[in-house]
Amino acid sequence: MSTTVPATSELSNEEIFRYSRHLILPEVGLEGQRKLKRARVLLVGVGGLGSPAALYLAAAGVGTLGLVDFDVVDATNLQRQVLHGTSAIGKRKLDSARERIEDLNPNVKVEAHETPLTSRNALEIIGTYDIVVDGTDNFQTRYLVNDACVLLGKPNVYGSIYRFEGQASVFAAANAPCYRCLFREPPPPGLVPSCAEGGVLGVLPGIIGTIQTTEALKLILGIGESLAGRLLLVDALRMSFRTLNLRKDPECPSCGTHEITELIDYEEFCGVRQAAAADAAAQSAVPEITPAQLASRIARGDDFDLIDVREPHEWDIARIPGARLIPLGSIVEALPTLDSARDIVVHCKVGGRSAKAVQQLQASGFRKVWNLAGGIARWSDDVDPTVPKY
Amino acid sequence: MAVTLFLPTVLARLADSGTLQSEGDTVGQVVNDIAGRYPDLAPRLRDEKGDPYAFVTFYLNDEDIRFTGSFESPVKDGDELTIVPAIAGG
Repeated sequence: MSTTVPATSELSNEEIFRYSRHLILPEVGLEGQRKLKRARVLLVGVGGLGSPAALYLAAAGVGTLGLVDFDVVDATNLQRQVLHGTSAIGKRKLDSARERIEDLNPNVKVEAHETPLTSRNALEIIGTYDIVVDGTDNFQTRYLVNDACVLLGKPNVYGSIYRFEGQASVFAAANAPCYRCLFREPPPPGLVPSCAEGGVLGVLPGIIGTIQTTEALKLILGIGESLAGRLLLVDALRMSFRTLNLRKDPECPSCGTHEITELIDYEEFCGVRQAAAADAAAQSAVPEITPAQLASRIARGDDFDLIDVREPHEWDIARIPGARLIPLGSIVEALPTLDSARDIVVHCKVGGRSAKAVQQLQASGFRKVWNLAGGIARWSDDVDPTVPKY
Repeated sequence: MAVTLFLPTVLARLADSGTLQSEGDTVGQVVNDIAGRYPDLAPRLRDEKGDPYAFVTFYLNDEDIRFTGSFESPVKDGDELTIVPAIAGG
C-alpha cells in the first residue's frame, strides 16, 4: 500500500467544475476543497454505515479513501448497503466499493485493505490516515478502533445502529472523550443482538452514516461545531434527534489514565472466544438430528412432535410442515402441553436457540429430545429448497 | 419527585412502553421502582448488586450520572432519565 500523499492538491479545471457547489460556499471555497483533496480518511467496514460514508466522501472530493473489509457482498446486504448492487453479489466488497467509487469520482484514490482490523495491523493501517470512520458491526473492533485512535491521536468518527435507533459521536479528537469514556466495558456476548439477529431498518445506516460523513468533512474543513464531547441519539420511529453531553472520564483507561499503552486482545476483552466455545459446547452436548434424517422420519410416518422455537414473525416467513410454534421465551410455560413420552425434535433458524430449548427440556426431565442441526436454513439447503431462507 | 424515563426500543419491549413515569428522590430509587415494576427489564438496567453496568449509561437530563453521583444523584420534579445501552451494529 502506498502511503504517499497526493503530489498536488491543486484542482484541475474538471475538478473545479465538479465541485462548484462546494467552491461557492464561503465555508469551503478553493482552500477547503484543496483540504478535502489532501485528506486521507479510513473507513473501517464498507457495510451499512460505510456505504453512505464512502459514497459521500468520494463525491465530496476526499483525495484518499482507505477501506478495510474482508467480506463478500451477500444478497441480504443490499437492503441497506447502497454502495453495492445486485451485480456485485458474490464479489469482494472492496472490489465492488472500488468500482462504484471510481465511477462516482475518478479523482479519488482508493486504498483497499482486505483484512480484518486486528491488534497486529491496526496501528500500521490507521497510522497513515487523518481520520477514521468506524462502520464496524461488533464490539471487539469498536474497542480496537477506539484504543488505536487514542494511541495515535486520530479522530474516530463513531456511528452505531440497532433496529430503529442509532448513535453518533466523534471520539479521540483533541481533548475529547473516547468510546471507553461512554462505555467502559462491552456487554457480555449475546446480550445485545447483532443486526443479523435483531434486524435493522435499511435506511437507518443511511441516516447515521451520513451524519458520520458530515462530521468527517467538518473535521477536514475545520468548520462548525463537532460532535466531539456530545453523543447524538437518533430514534427513527419517534423521529427524534437528541444530543447529550459526553464528558472525558479521568478514570478512562484509554484516554484518561493512559494505562492502555498498547493494543490488547479484544476478542478476549469482549469475551468472544469464551462465548463461542460455550456455544459450541452447548450445541455439541445436545442430541442432534440432520435435516435428511428428519425428512426420512416424516416420510416413514414416524410419530413424533416437531417444535419450532423461533418468533412468530419468522414463522410467517417460512416453516417446516407439521411443526408447532413455541417461541423459546415461552417454552417453560408450554411444558405442560408437551408429552415427555413422545419423541420431540426442536428447530430454529440455524440451531442455536433450539439447542437452548433442548437443554431446557432435558432439565425438565425430557429424555427423547433432538436438535435439528442447522435449523430451517439447512432444511432449505438439504431437503426442501422451496422453503425460503432469510 | 416525578421523573420521566426514556428506554431505547431494545429495552422498551421489556416494559409497557418506551416512556415510563416514575417517582423517587435519587436516580437509584427511580431505577429500583422501574425494576420492581418490570422484572424482565430489571437485569438489563443494573447488576445483581444493584450497581450500574459499564455498558449501560444513564443520562439525567443531558448529563451522564457517573459524573453527578451515579445512582445517588438527586432528581427533581420534571427530570428526564435517558438510558443509553451500548449497541454495535453497522
